[in-house]
Amino acid sequence: MIGSVIIGIASSGIRLATPYLYAAIGETFGQLSGVLNLGVDGIMLMGAYAAFYTALRTGSLALGLLAAMIVGALLGLLMAFVSVTMKAEQGISGIGIYLFGLGLSELLFKKTLGTVETIRGFPRIHIPWLSDIPVIGRIFFQQNLLVYIAFALVPISWFVLNKTPLGLKIRAVGMNPEAADSLGVNVNRVRYAAVTLGGILSGIAGASLSIALLNVFQQNLTNGMGFIAVALVYFGGWRPLGLLGGALLFSLVNAFQLWIQVEGIINIPSDFALMMPYVITILVLAAMARRRVNAPTALNKPFDRGG
Amino acid sequence: MRLREKLSWGSLTHLMPIAAVLVALLIGAVAMLILGTNPLIAFRALFVGAFGSFNAIADTIVKATPLAFVGIGICIAFRGGVLNIGGEGQLVVGALAATAVGLALASLPGWLLMPLCLIAGAVAGAIWGAIAGALKAYFRVNEILATIMLNYIAVNLMNFLLRGPMMDPLQVKLGSFIPQTARLPRSIDLPRLIPTRLHLGALIAVVLGVLVYIFLWRTTIGFRIRTVGRSPRAALGAGIPVKRYAILSLCLAGALAGLGGAIEVLGVHHRMFTDGSAFGFTGSAGFNGIVAALFSQLHPIAAIPSSFFLGALLTGANKMQRVVQVPSALIGALNGLIVLLVVASEIFRRRRIKRVDLNLDPPRAPGNEEDTQ
Repeated sequence: MIGSVIIGIASSGIRLATPYLYAAIGETFGQLSGVLNLGVDGIMLMGAYAAFYTALRTGSLALGLLAAMIVGALLGLLMAFVSVTMKAEQGISGIGIYLFGLGLSELLFKKTLGTVETIRGFPRIHIPWLSDIPVIGRIFFQQNLLVYIAFALVPISWFVLNKTPLGLKIRAVGMNPEAADSLGVNVNRVRYAAVTLGGILSGIAGASLSIALLNVFQQNLTNGMGFIAVALVYFGGWRPLGLLGGALLFSLVNAFQLWIQVEGIINIPSDFALMMPYVITILVLAAMARRRVNAPTALNKPFDRGG
Repeated sequence: MRLREKLSWGSLTHLMPIAAVLVALLIGAVAMLILGTNPLIAFRALFVGAFGSFNAIADTIVKATPLAFVGIGICIAFRGGVLNIGGEGQLVVGALAATAVGLALASLPGWLLMPLCLIAGAVAGAIWGAIAGALKAYFRVNEILATIMLNYIAVNLMNFLLRGPMMDPLQVKLGSFIPQTARLPRSIDLPRLIPTRLHLGALIAVVLGVLVYIFLWRTTIGFRIRTVGRSPRAALGAGIPVKRYAILSLCLAGALAGLGGAIEVLGVHHRMFTDGSAFGFTGSAGFNGIVAALFSQLHPIAAIPSSFFLGALLTGANKMQRVVQVPSALIGALNGLIVLLVVASEIFRRRRIKRVDLNLDPPRAPGNEEDTQ
């Protein structure tokens, strides 16, 4: 009994970590290049809508995912244009993107869907052999495709950031854009690439909610998950592995909290349980204050070549 | 020659926010065409909805009032270099505090209870802002994230209180459990200005806009707040306790938003209620107030007409939704675009400033620069 409960919580915790992982890995790329994109939540909403609507109309989950990636890329480009080319205050630009995504996804939802519909999302894939392992198999290897990709992205993004020329350029541009520029790196182009990639991943994060985890779309579906994802980037110290830890901790606590509520074990008012993720985020941000060694020093600073 | 160049640049940059709105409305028109609606009919409905009658204009002003409170507060915060996105939460806690005081001390006479409620709202908002300020000052927590998290926390707190301790006893007795409080005593209803829904709150907002302008540009504390915002390093060098001023800016912004929430309760709803989200009570005034402040180029007096303009968009959008079935969420999306366009157009202003700097204008007296903005 206890065993199956723990397996249940762990398994849903892994699942719940998925949107955070996509969004936070994407945000890590952007922040390491020096751009703080606070519009993640808005991009997730648009991605979730695009994926859901496309999948509902065409019946193809792959097309839905593609639509989310395209929408995410476009919004990422918009953010890059405003913050890199127009050198706008990044924090406020992100809020603009958020409000835009929030409003537009609600507008499109009301105009094209009208009511909350459900969809058959990505099915669970039982990985041969591995899914038969007791306990571990049920926790890790009976998830849907987007969950596997999210976890695969952790080592992939670590590799890209630390072992490839592109990763080196991204980090250089975020740490010391003047030096990178003098070595012939096109600072703005690298930032465009990083922010657009972040947008694509945020779009997928939204899609993972609407066509893989919840399989519905409604207005404000994310309810601030995108902002929590941004906070997780600080928590993870701008490292994919740190991110993974943060996302897992967060989603396991969440899954545990949901289980307590459903089982009615301790009678906490549900509103307090719902408040917890946000309280934890603030506490974690405060606790992380002294661990800022990897922080990209040019974060939030537009690059002005030759003044 | 130099003067003319400055003038032309100056007037151009001041038109930027208006250009931004025009571009946003143009994009909105294209969006309507795509959705199969005639934008001319839609905009006509919007205009009639906002200005078509006495009542419509009064509704526009009522809608604009919380935006103005949040927006004036944002002017202080942004000028002080702290990006307060917590208007939603500050409105909610302000409204909750005012309601709690109004219900708990209902036996007091109205002339005493009303200001108590307003003060309670302002104090609660100030505390909500100060939490984010302290987190920024002493734990280096990004204030944007902190204020956004505090928004969600405020909403859950509101839901808890209205479904539990603060629920209308009548709802409990009847068993209908609608999450709202009892009606506040009529003695503290804000007076109506003319026989419409227009209440005293709008006037208070205008007065506060002027007071905050005087505060920011004519007092030492205001000057310090702006110095911290322009250059924290210079402020530190001048011996200004930068951390404390960051908290103060957020505190004042929160107080204004909290007062706005209290006025919303005393002037419009006369009770607190929830639909589960922040939107039900605030109508996103916490975010739209940011748009109003940016639109006014962070000038507290200009924040009044720009709130009025956004209030008109929001009021008109409801009419538009009824007449041509364009969801009012369109205005939300356009507000996002306005924010992007206004902050993006800042680059032109910065270029201008650089140009003026190169002219080596004689330094003006401290506290007077930016007067014309």
